[in-house]
Amino acid sequence: MLESNSELEPQPGAEPLTVESAIANLSSPDTSLRYYASWWLGKFQIKDSRAIDALIQALEDGDDRTEMGGYPLRRNAARALGKLGDRRAVPGLTRCLECDDFYVRESAAQALGLLGDSSCVPQLMALLKGGIEAAQFVPGRPHLVQPVEAVLEALGALGATEAIDLVRPFLDHSVARVQYAAARSMYQLTRDPIYGERLVEALQGNDVQLRRSALADLGAIGYLPAADAIAASPVENSFKLLSCKGLLDYHLGETDDPMSPDAIKLMTLMDNLL
Amino acid sequence: MIRKRDNRDRIAKVPPHEDSMIATDPTIQSLINAVEAADSPAKLVGAVHALANVRSTEAIPTLIRALGFNNPGAALAAVSGLVALGEVAIPELLAQIDGYNYGARAYSLRALAAIADPLALNVLIKAAEADFAPSVRRAAIKGLGQIRWQQLEPTARESAQSQALNTLLFVAQDVDWATRYAAIVGLQSWLNSADLVDRSRAIAQLDRLLQTDSDGAVRARAALAKQQLS
Repeated sequence: MLESNSELEPQPGAEPLTVESAIANLSSPDTSLRYYASWWLGKFQIKDSRAIDALIQALEDGDDRTEMGGYPLRRNAARALGKLGDRRAVPGLTRCLECDDFYVRESAAQALGLLGDSSCVPQLMALLKGGIEAAQFVPGRPHLVQPVEAVLEALGALGATEAIDLVRPFLDHSVARVQYAAARSMYQLTRDPIYGERLVEALQGNDVQLRRSALADLGAIGYLPAADAIAASPVENSFKLLSCKGLLDYHLGETDDPMSPDAIKLMTLMDNLL
Repeated sequence: MIRKRDNRDRIAKVPPHEDSMIATDPTIQSLINAVEAADSPAKLVGAVHALANVRSTEAIPTLIRALGFNNPGAALAAVSGLVALGEVAIPELLAQIDGYNYGARAYSLRALAAIADPLALNVLIKAAEADFAPSVRRAAIKGLGQIRWQQLEPTARESAQSQALNTLLFVAQDVDWATRYAAIVGLQSWLNSADLVDRSRAIAQLDRLLQTDSDGAVRARAALAKQQLS
């Protein structure tokens, strides 16, 4: 079974699902059908309340286990609930932040960041306890003790200004992606351009994966002054297009004016990235 | 390894241009050698830049190969070199579209789109409608709007413009926002360049996207297209 947090892609030859059969499969005795159905419901945005109820229940599943003790179905259910936007999932997802499976905690933190309900902020903050000294790699594993990237991003997305002092030290974490997550979060919590500029600097880094990651962060925070740097960064056009789209969406959300000079500038940059 | 995706044996499969592999001008040969010898991503970008800047037809095969080096800086330099060469680069670009490397394919389509020769029409239509890689589709869709129609005789021109329009109207209904966005850009330039075909269907499609599309960025781009066309 998967020990990473990669998304399950549809298997060739997998049964084509309908809304009804996917919901039915969530209570199938076959855990692989439940696993697939929970991915499918999230992917295709099925907001049927029966699906939500079944997915919330799946957050407590104990049948589907990996050799290392992970809970694949809980991970997928958490991810799906993040995409479905129903805040009834918040209490269950908040409990998942204490699950002993790292990837369940990570998926839950990501989902909570998307749902926009800040009642989970204290539990998210608890995962940053011990600061950067505690946030080290688990020996032999590809991840840190806690999913700090996801937690930092969720706190930023939820506007948890009470977490600022807890988030700031992560700007100096040894892992670059964690630094970016902290910069992204700090920008959202303070609107201080100094943090946006840190992400702009990251566009000139040596590692293309990190440049892509910074592009995604800039898109997520809608940092408009980065537009030209995004368009000029040495990364594939697809990533730059998505990042500019993030800026444009954010800008349209604020101004609702597609003909503003900034909107036109962003669209001109996007046209050149096609 | 900086050239993981480089597929050297493809070069050998293009017999009509085999002789052009050895450049007759020693300066150009040394620039080609520098591309071959580059042992860091930065040196590769510099070497491709230098080769692109000489504007020599002898550089074409090497520039096309540089589209597949999995180095965006080198690929962009190669695209601008090929576009500057224009028409003479088209036969080899068409012959060497890399079916196995969608990154390289997107750059080839961008070069073909920018050269805008009607010879590329069928390749652009096929890529716009059916390539599995969204980046390739977007490049082709944009290219369909900006072909230099005046290079065709009136009858052929009308048929070519109509084919391009049909493809643009089709891809404007795609599920992917970025494909619809590209379709708007394509429709806008098609409306600016096409002269012989009924324009009302293109305008109706832009209106539909402006009023009913689920994506705010797509609606915004349709609004911009309408404003710039009026």
